[in-house]
Amino acid sequence: MSPILEIKNLYFAYEKQKALENINLSINKKDFLAIIGPNGGGKSTLLKLILGINKIQEGSIEIEGKNSSSCLNKIGYVPQNTNVNIDFPIRVFEVVLMGHTNKKRVLFGYSKDEISKAYEVLQKVGMKKFAKNKIGSLSGGQRQRVMIARALFTNPQILLLDEPTSSIDAKGQKEVYELLKILNEDITVVVVSHDISIILEYASKVAYINRTLVLHDIGINQNRFKSKDEHFCEVELLNLLGSKVQKGCSC
Amino acid sequence: MLEALSYSFIQNALIAGVLISICAGIIGSLIVVNRMVFLAGGIAHTSYGGIGMAIYFGLPIFFGASVFAVGAALILASISLKQKNRIDTFIGLIWAVGMAIGVLFIDLTPGYNVDLMSYLFGSILAVSRDDLLFISILLLIILFITIFWYRDILAVSYDSEYASLRGVHVKSFYTLILVLSALTVVVSIKIVGLILVIALLTIPVYIAEKLSSTLGGMMSISALLSVCFTLVGLYFSYIYDLTSGASIILVAALSLIVFLAINFLRHR
Repeated sequence: MSPILEIKNLYFAYEKQKALENINLSINKKDFLAIIGPNGGGKSTLLKLILGINKIQEGSIEIEGKNSSSCLNKIGYVPQNTNVNIDFPIRVFEVVLMGHTNKKRVLFGYSKDEISKAYEVLQKVGMKKFAKNKIGSLSGGQRQRVMIARALFTNPQILLLDEPTSSIDAKGQKEVYELLKILNEDITVVVVSHDISIILEYASKVAYINRTLVLHDIGINQNRFKSKDEHFCEVELLNLLGSKVQKGCSC
Repeated sequence: MLEALSYSFIQNALIAGVLISICAGIIGSLIVVNRMVFLAGGIAHTSYGGIGMAIYFGLPIFFGASVFAVGAALILASISLKQKNRIDTFIGLIWAVGMAIGVLFIDLTPGYNVDLMSYLFGSILAVSRDDLLFISILLLIILFITIFWYRDILAVSYDSEYASLRGVHVKSFYTLILVLSALTVVVSIKIVGLILVIALLTIPVYIAEKLSSTLGGMMSISALLSVCFTLVGLYFSYIYDLTSGASIILVAALSLIVFLAINFLRHR
């Protein structure tokens, strides 16, 4: 099977400080990849490189064999929502419409086709009945499902999520991951997270990143992490990843 | 009161009040949702430098104030896009320097003894036909931009990082919002003065934010409230011979207090 996302010999440095080196990663269609690692280990830098926010200095990132910068519309991105103002006067379907890259201008905003597409993706994430609600009136878990709908607007083949369950209660976290599990039946899911215990219940592969990257296929070990606490998962994971992971790094 | 409406300067004042209030309602909404209130305050005070220079060189006041305000907007936009963490220092700096330039040029103007209070607190009765033309053109530009680029402005205001990823030119729209804010501040000085202009740009918006679930709705409600506050304020200003700016802002502030009280009682 040819990989949908392939990273080869990636290197990136901020001025003189190395952030990532010798990164090789191959993700297949319908993989559910968890990217974990310590703060400052390069998770966000890797995301920014995949999304084209940072320019690649050495190596390559390819999506279905093509340079990633030429096919960014194949990636749906759900950012970590720390800067968004929840009191902002905006309805749920308008947030979803921001996922559209259409450059055509329509007076007062949106065409009928675009609005019906927004309702379609909201249906997919179970939020259609909230389409006309103000975004700030939703719970954290519901808001995150709306953000996932926004990322799905362009029918991406890869869904990339940055800390999707930070500042969401346990029930909301479960809902988000259950939704990702369903979406993973059709598309590849890549989640950057520090919530190891919950993400390892759903991920099929885990990549530990601390300047370099170690990939592990969880496969048959997935049940080992079910309903276990954070410490147990961390110890188990480090055992699975073995000696390649630098000692002393906490996830 | 009806007799007063037959005077052309009163008619001009009312038309200007309505047009400026609509500008303030729309642009005030963008200032508030983009958290640019302090930026707008800096621009308002910097424009005083342009007023001073215009008086010294005998140029139209709107022209001088606009050049300074737009210049300040461009400088602040460039700094806040590059060094966001230092923006407050630069706002403070540009604010004080603009005021100082204005005061110096007015000092240097020979035989000058115009009422400075009219620029600080507004003097709507001095609105000329040319002023009305300038205000009307600005309103048309604001309406065109907000209607035609509504979705881009909304995207940049709500989540600029995501908008950038989707191909929206965030820097251009951010700068455009600041430049429109600068021009709105300049025309608003005419009715409320540069000291009180921020209140006109924020009080109606604060009420509108609670009553609306869309940015467009917020702009409309805010514009409507601004018009009401301005007309009622001008009425009191005429009846009791008060400074127009102070009268308008106090009407707005009292309305806000009543709104908050009603809201508080409803949610008890």
